[in-house]
This record gives sequence, structure tokens and C-alpha cells, in this order.
Amino acid sequence: MGLWDSYRMRLRRKRRLVRAVRKSGELSPVQDNTKAIRPGDILLVSTMRNEQIRLPYFLQYYRGLGVNHFLFVDNGSTDGTADYLRGMEDVSLWHTTASYKRSGFGIDWMNYLKRRYAHEHWVLVVDPDEFFIYPFCDTRPIRALTDWLDNSAIRSFSAMLLDVYPKGRIGEVPYQAGQNPLEIAHWFDSGNYTISRNPEYGNLWIQGGPRARVFFADQPRKAPALNKIPLVKWNRRYAFASSTHALLPRGLNQVYETDGGEKASGALLHTKFLDTFTAKAEEELVRGQHYGGSAEYKAYAARLAEQPELWCKWSEKYINWRQLEILGLMSKGNWA
Amino acid sequence: MSTVGVVMLVHTALERAAQVVRHWTANGCPVVLHVDRNVSRDLFARFRQSLDGNPLVRFAARHRCEWGTWGIVAASQSASEVMLAEFPDVRHVYLASGSCLPLRPVQELTDYLAARPQTDFIESATTADVPWIVGGLSHERFTLRFPFSWKKHRYLFDRYVNLQRRLRIKRRIPPGLVPHMGSQWWCLTRQTLSAILQDPERPVYDAYFRKVWIPDESYFQTLARLYSGNIESRSLTLSKFDFQGKPHIFYDDHLQLLRRSDCFVARKIWPHAERLYQAFLTDPAGAMKRTEPNPGKIDRIFAKAVERRTRGRAGLYMQSRFPGHGSENGVTSSPYSVFQGFTELFEDFETWLARTTGAQVHGHIFAPQGAAFSEGQSLVNGCLNGNAKARDYNPESFLTSLIWNTRGERQCFQFGPRDNQAVNWLVARDTNAQVSVISGAWAIPLFKSSRSFAELRQEAARLQQREAEQLQILRSQWTKARVRIWSMAEFVEAPMEPLQTIIDEIGPLTARHLGEAPRMTDLEGFGQFLQNLKNQGMHPYLMGDFPVGQSPASPSKPQRKPYLVRKS
Repeated sequence: MGLWDSYRMRLRRKRRLVRAVRKSGELSPVQDNTKAIRPGDILLVSTMRNEQIRLPYFLQYYRGLGVNHFLFVDNGSTDGTADYLRGMEDVSLWHTTASYKRSGFGIDWMNYLKRRYAHEHWVLVVDPDEFFIYPFCDTRPIRALTDWLDNSAIRSFSAMLLDVYPKGRIGEVPYQAGQNPLEIAHWFDSGNYTISRNPEYGNLWIQGGPRARVFFADQPRKAPALNKIPLVKWNRRYAFASSTHALLPRGLNQVYETDGGEKASGALLHTKFLDTFTAKAEEELVRGQHYGGSAEYKAYAARLAEQPELWCKWSEKYINWRQLEILGLMSKGNWA
Repeated sequence: MSTVGVVMLVHTALERAAQVVRHWTANGCPVVLHVDRNVSRDLFARFRQSLDGNPLVRFAARHRCEWGTWGIVAASQSASEVMLAEFPDVRHVYLASGSCLPLRPVQELTDYLAARPQTDFIESATTADVPWIVGGLSHERFTLRFPFSWKKHRYLFDRYVNLQRRLRIKRRIPPGLVPHMGSQWWCLTRQTLSAILQDPERPVYDAYFRKVWIPDESYFQTLARLYSGNIESRSLTLSKFDFQGKPHIFYDDHLQLLRRSDCFVARKIWPHAERLYQAFLTDPAGAMKRTEPNPGKIDRIFAKAVERRTRGRAGLYMQSRFPGHGSENGVTSSPYSVFQGFTELFEDFETWLARTTGAQVHGHIFAPQGAAFSEGQSLVNGCLNGNAKARDYNPESFLTSLIWNTRGERQCFQFGPRDNQAVNWLVARDTNAQVSVISGAWAIPLFKSSRSFAELRQEAARLQQREAEQLQILRSQWTKARVRIWSMAEFVEAPMEPLQTIIDEIGPLTARHLGEAPRMTDLEGFGQFLQNLKNQGMHPYLMGDFPVGQSPASPSKPQRKPYLVRKS
């Protein structure tokens, strides 16, 4: 990369940050417990809309891993999300009814919150349907991971999206609040992922999994991106680039080894395919607030009427992180 | 009071350090603490207070300790001086850090050292003999100067090293010293340690080592060689290093592993590893039953981690391993076979191959209409999709995924000029690939087809060109695959021998002679067909020479079984 490219990227990053500050006007604080954030705390940032049913288990899971504070953006929920979160001392909540699409799919809001509150903190950016898995997550809290990353002078940690789905029709078993979604959706595709390098940001572009297999088999290029870098030791100069899939400065995207070795990485179990999915897909199709003209939701809608089954005889049943590591979906790297 | 004294260097996690100090002193071992100058005054005062009134604890003068610099040696020196002066009963001094954890009851260590009163335990090897040097500086650590911090001013550090190399500036090593290196964590006898500290030449040595790089790994290691009568070159502290030379950290889930160590002390322990501290910092009565030491297991786990980080799993492409061209350490994960022209020449080749080798035999997995997986499946292992568009989106990844997903089971598939040719280079570069080509066999289906001759002629020209390009790749100097190419005429002449060779190579299941041959298709009239192509101005050459009258091996009586030679 030449000087010109570096300069261009720098401008782009600055523009992202300016946008973040500008868009912060759209956020109104509902519950501000950020004073409770202490140096070294591990934070979690998320944008959500009508996900109240998922929150009890979501909070339980991440509190269990050792997340100290949650920063939520509520994008116009009407299901009582704010009421549910009221009074939780480790949750700060902002509300907005502004356009999700025009905030760069939430990234402007989150860039702002991180710039303001997450400077010098490890911060996890996940959606309410994503569950972060990392090597040794069953025996070591997330602080063990961040301490190790600090020690190794690593600033960002990759975890690809791994779509999990139920056996049988999507939505056959209704999800109950507080329930572990993996009780319903615990099957995944273990070996149909394609990877290419995005020369612009230096990140990997990963596609595949059940969504590519069932909804995008005939237009694989349009299949959703699965690469994510959800855990970053944030600095106020950092920004999500165009989505949560790439960061600026570009060095943060170097989460993969090009010389043959394996870096440590995790996975985000994506529990999108519960009974809530059908309603969500219909709503999002109408709102048209998602990436690429909501192409993803259009593809779902086209198939959902047939009630497709994502499960096939080669589907793998999720057991634990060691299984994912053996399958080559994530790696311990040199963490032992 | 015990005859073992502990010098402990502390810089973070002070509460844990205090906990370990109490453990040592409760077992009668005096402890002299060195607290890094970088620790704030408040924290230090609180730490000191927490150990107040403990008669076996002393504090040494504080130095600033930065990794790779003299401060750590200075700290060890001052703390050792305090130890030798204040606790005259101490026979052995054990150097430990605040994140070290005693693995075995202190009494065992005391007994062990009492039984070896003259032995110094210090890892100490000459620079030529150590494999663990990271960063490329071995002997030069002792002959160059290092005024710049490697951690904070890497650029200046590197530049200055290069400058000295270019100007050939070399420091003189003080006479009598032979540079040795080894683990920073030692256990020395009072005699050796006081000899080092009270040496009249010490100012000279100190001045010299002050500018050596990472002196904490060489100062005592070199000087001990001068004075010790009995060096056992190993560390009593279990310490494992990763590929960058940073120590591995132990967590709660290492409990069982650490119990099997034969070392007395382990480093470094994650400060929040509550279970480890609880399990090991207990009185002998509460200690767990001893298990048979098995240090090999620990070695293996950490050696594997280094291997994983530096080489990774061959043939794996994933989010944190995406090797560049040529750096794959194995393009694919396991051996596989590619057959070209065999299904065209033999009528039951796939079933025959599966029966003979026990391998997974697919059809043309790069066929234009989609992958013909074995048993007509549309998906295979790993939910890999045979859909043509999905496959052709990234054909290389399709192939490497197939081989990765089915590791443990040999894969065979058919290939040909009708198929997507995008993987040709990948296969050619792959040492795992066994490629067998009967060139020109693509003409057989044309020969048997009833399409118009004009179409056939056009198609033949296209296929011949594609196969010629592919053969050029397979014959290139960069090809690493096991490639065998026969012209069709050559193969038809004597089919059994090449078949036997290919099958032998595939696996132990077939370490026997072929009892059964695949059925060759009827080639009556094939020579004439080729001649017709020639007459139309197309020049088929990849299949070799077939006489116009009759094909050489094709039997005059159709359907005769090809004979085979039993060598026995």
C-alpha cells in the first residue's frame, strides 16, 4: 500500500469519526450508568430492535463470561426493551428512532459510543443473536483472553459468524425468554466456507454456511459476509469502516496469518434461525433498512414461503469450542 | 528456619505475590522482595503493609525493571545481597517472580536441595548451542551495544544494531568470561552467589553486562561458570515459552497438568487463576495426593502450540489462517487422486476403483452441470454444496474444502477437459495430488455420440486445446503433484501395469495384485473416427497413433475381458 492509499484510508477513518459524532445527536440517553465503568472493564456494545425476548439469556451469557458493562442502542423497539433493562446497573441504554440504514447499519452510533466510553477498554461488539465462543471459553473467563491478548500485544480478535439452525422447519419450536437458543438451534455447516482477501481493508471476506447453501446457491456472490472482528482493544481513533466486518486503521484487520501458521480466533454462534426469524424477515423486508437494499431478506422471503429446512444429513451438531477448533473453524493459535 | 531463601521479583498482581510470600514464610523460607520501581508509591506502601510484621520478609532497594535490560539483574543482585547478609542460615537462594507458584510442598524442595548442598541449578549453555533464541541475535548480544529499548524504540534498536554490524564495531568480552545463556530463574548456593557478588572484578563485569542485550538471561549464567564447582544446567522452575519467546501462562484448567510436573515452581500463573492458587498454596496436609510426574505431557502441549502458531494445520484455510501462495505448508490436507480419461476408457471404472481401493470415488466434481459426488449426492461432508454456481464461485476453495472435510478418507475424483479448469494450478502445485491422465480419451464419448460430425469436430478441437493447456501445466517445472500421463494409444496397449502402479500408490488396502480389471470400452472403429477428424482438417494428436484399420488392443470379438498378467 502506497502513501496515497494510507492517506485515503486516514481520510476515510476521520470521516467515519466525524459522522459518528454528528450522528450521536440522534441518540438520547435512557439510562446512563457509564459512571460505573472502571478502567480495565470489559465492555459490550450492541444495537437492537425488538429483541427483548432474547435479552435475558443474552445478558446472562455475557455476564457469565465476565463482561462488566453493556452499552445498548435501542433502535425504536416497541416490545418493552427499555422497560426490561431499566434498573440494571451494568447496562447503559440509548434510544433512537432514526434510520438504521443511514447510520451505516448502526455503526455510526456504535463508533460514537465506543469513542466516548470504550477508549483503552476491551470491547465486544455483537448482535443480540450472536454468542461469542473463544478457545477455552468453558474454563477461562473473557478476561483471561484479553489479558493474554494484551500480553501478546494483539489488539483485535477475530470470530467468524457461524449460523446455527434447528433440525426441522425454522420456527417449529417456539423460543421462550431466558432459554438458551442453542437448545433449539444447535446444528451448523462445518466445511462449506469460501474466503477471499479484501484488498481495500486487508480483511478476509468469508461466505458460506447454511444461508449461502440454501438461500444463495445460485447467487453465491451475494451471500452474507461471515467474517467479524468483534473483540478489540478500543482506541478513540478507531472506527468500523463500512460495516462491522472491517475496521480502520487497517492493521486491526490483520487477524489472520499469511505465512502458514494459525492465529488464535473464535466464533460467533449466530442464533438467527429461531421462530422469531419469520416475523423479523417480513418486518425487515418492509422496512428496507438492511444492507444492499435488504437483499438478504429478499432472498429469505423468496424461500421462506416454502418453509425450507436448513438441516441436512451432513449438518454437524454443536458440542463445544474444541469441536469447532478440530473442524478448523477456529483456532487456539499459540494460546495453550 | 529453612535453608532455602527466596528472592522474589515483583511488578504486578501484588496481592498474589503477597499470598505466595506468606506461603514460603509459613514454611520457614525467608523471602527478600524486589518491587519494580514502576509500581506506584501507594501500591508499594500497601503491599509492604500487608506483609508487615513477618520476620522472614525483607525488602531490597528498588530498581526500574524493563524487559531485556539491566534493571532485572540489578534487582536480583541487591535482593540477593540482602538475603545473604540477613539470613546466614540460607544455603540455597531461589530466584522467583511474583507470578511463580510452588507446585510441590516447600519441604520437598528444602529436602531436595539439602541433599545437594554443593549443586547450583542454573540453565547455562553457550550461545552456539541454544535453539531458543528469538529475534536473530545470539552471539551478537555479547559483542554489540544496546542503548535503545527493544520494546519502546524498536526502530532505533534495529538501526543501531545494523550500524554496528556495518561498521564492524565489536565490544571486547572481559577476559575469562565465556558467554552462557539460559533461563532467568535459577537456584544458586551461597558460595557461588557470594563469589559472584563479591568478586573484585564485579564492577568490570557489571559495566560490561549493563550493555548486553537481555542480561538477565546471561549474567548469572555466565558468571556461575567461573565459580561453581557443580552446575546442574537446568531450571527448577517450569517455564514454557511461545514462538516469540514470551512465557506461556497457566490457568485453572492446567491444574491436572501442573500436578504432573516434576518442577518445584511454575511460572507464570494468571493472577485470576483462583483454583491453582487454592490447590497449590496449602499446607502439606491439605495438599492433593501426589501424582506421578509426567513432564513430557506439558512439553508436548506447549510444543504443539508453537507448531500450531508457526506452521498450522496443512490444507486448512480459515479466518485466522489464510496462507499466501507458496506458504501453505501443504496446499491440501491429505493425499487424493485425480483420474482423467479413465471413465471414458473403462465402462465401470468408478465402481471398480471404489471396490479395489475402498476410497471415496466421485465422478467429475468439476463438471459444468454441477459436482458429481459419489452416490449421486448433491452435498458432501461439511455440507459442501455441489451446485455449479456455488462451486465455481471459488473452485480452489471448493477442492481444498472437500479434501479438508474428508480427511481420513482417501478421495478420488474424475477430471477432464469438459470440466472447469480453474483448479489446474492448485492441483499441479499440490504434493498431495496424484494425477493420472490418459490424454485424448475425451475423444471416446465423441466417437460414441450420434451428434452431427461438424459439431463433433468443433467439440474435439475445443477439448484438445483445453487438455493441451492442462498438460502443459502438469508438465511445468513448478509441478509438485505426482503426475502420470499416457497417451491413449500407449495406455490401451498395456493397461494393467499403470493401473497396478496407481492403485499400489493409493493405499495399503491394495497391497496385492489386481485380481480384477475394469472393463474397457469397445474401441472398434476409433482409428477410423480419428482419421475422419483428420480428413476434416482437425488434427487429433493427444491420443497417440491409432491405426485406421483396427485399434491395437481393442479385441476383434467385442466384450472380451482384457487379460491380465499375474506376476506372483
